[in-house]
Amino acid sequence: MVTPLLEVADLACRRGGRRVFERLSFALGRGELLALVGRNGSGKTTLLRALALLVHPEAGTIGWQGVDVRAEPDAWRGRLAWLGHLEGLKADLTVAENLLAAERLRGAPQAEDRLDSALVAFDLSSLAARAVRTLSAGQRRRTALARVILAQAPLWLLDEPLNALDAPAQAAFRRALATHLASGGLAIAATHADLGLAGGRTLELGIPT
Amino acid sequence: MSGFAALVARDLRLVWRRPGDVAVVLAFFVVATTLFPLGIGPEANVLARIAAGVLWCAALFAALLSLDRLFAADFEDGTLDLLLLAPWPLELAALAKCCAHWIVTGMPLAALAPILGVAFGLDPSVLLALSVTLLVGTPTLSLIGGLAAALTLGARKSGALLALLALPLCVPTLIFGAGAVEALATGGDFGAHLAVLAALALVALATMPWAIAAALRQAGE
Repeated sequence: MVTPLLEVADLACRRGGRRVFERLSFALGRGELLALVGRNGSGKTTLLRALALLVHPEAGTIGWQGVDVRAEPDAWRGRLAWLGHLEGLKADLTVAENLLAAERLRGAPQAEDRLDSALVAFDLSSLAARAVRTLSAGQRRRTALARVILAQAPLWLLDEPLNALDAPAQAAFRRALATHLASGGLAIAATHADLGLAGGRTLELGIPT
Repeated sequence: MSGFAALVARDLRLVWRRPGDVAVVLAFFVVATTLFPLGIGPEANVLARIAAGVLWCAALFAALLSLDRLFAADFEDGTLDLLLLAPWPLELAALAKCCAHWIVTGMPLAALAPILGVAFGLDPSVLLALSVTLLVGTPTLSLIGGLAAALTLGARKSGALLALLALPLCVPTLIFGAGAVEALATGGDFGAHLAVLAALALVALATMPWAIAAALRQAGE
């Protein structure tokens, strides 16, 4: 049994007057992956945003190493790498500039030293100097995933990470995710596709009646 | 590099890549102010009398023109989430965004105003005073406008709504900014007006980043 780092207990969220989910509990330890599945509107994105403290839950707790994350929100955010529906990229900056700007916004020093390996992981080296506005949807998604790697955060929160990715890029994502988990990281991914990693757990969210 | 400096640098780099956005603001300022001498006529006394008010009003409208994209671009491309998730206070991020806006809008407006003031027949000392008041007053416009921009994120017709929210709050700055220039031209107390203008900027600096951050958190939900 893996000792849990992340413990979510009795979480409930309401959006637009509708209860999206309630009494949601799970725990995640080092090297564990949790895939969030469910139909459209079942609350996968809301759960990810609640875990990132972007959405205030109606009830419940989110604990990291036994401490409520809301007690130290800045420290908690520093432990997260985020990939949302939107890529979070500036169209007028190059791929490299976007990645470095994101890391500097996280207050992370020496991001330049790690940039090359993040670019290589998603075959972006040849695109590093290209403005994001000139990239395809898949290339933008790869750039956003490279940002996740570059963050070197213990917990990845990913919303449909395989969106717009071709087969080689999906394979690159699976390699990156496997490396992250093997190094003791955690990941929670909302997905409609098979993440393709053995041993991952699944949490199915239903649409409340 | 701190997150604050990184955010200012990123926004300045974005403006550098799209200089047209700032050029439109400055062009609006030039066109709006030069229309007055053309419309009112070449009567030097009349133009000198209204110059401070006209230039300050035009600067206010020009500053507002660029504010509706201050947070909207980040909201639309998902980078607002990255700001909300940055492990440092969102209030500082809000201040950094307003600082960048002031650098690319307030400072050029303050530099351009004395040149335009020549068309109104202002004395050199008054031209300098005009520039100083804009340098001291435009940060307040950026901060108040920043709050309006954050409050109107995602709203339809956000530009008009932003102006409706921001303009009434900018009235004291407008009064004391134009008043300071007017005071210098008529032998009044320029320093007192300027001190009030600076005080307004300090009050905005002490309050607006918190209000903007609260509005951004709400928008991120």
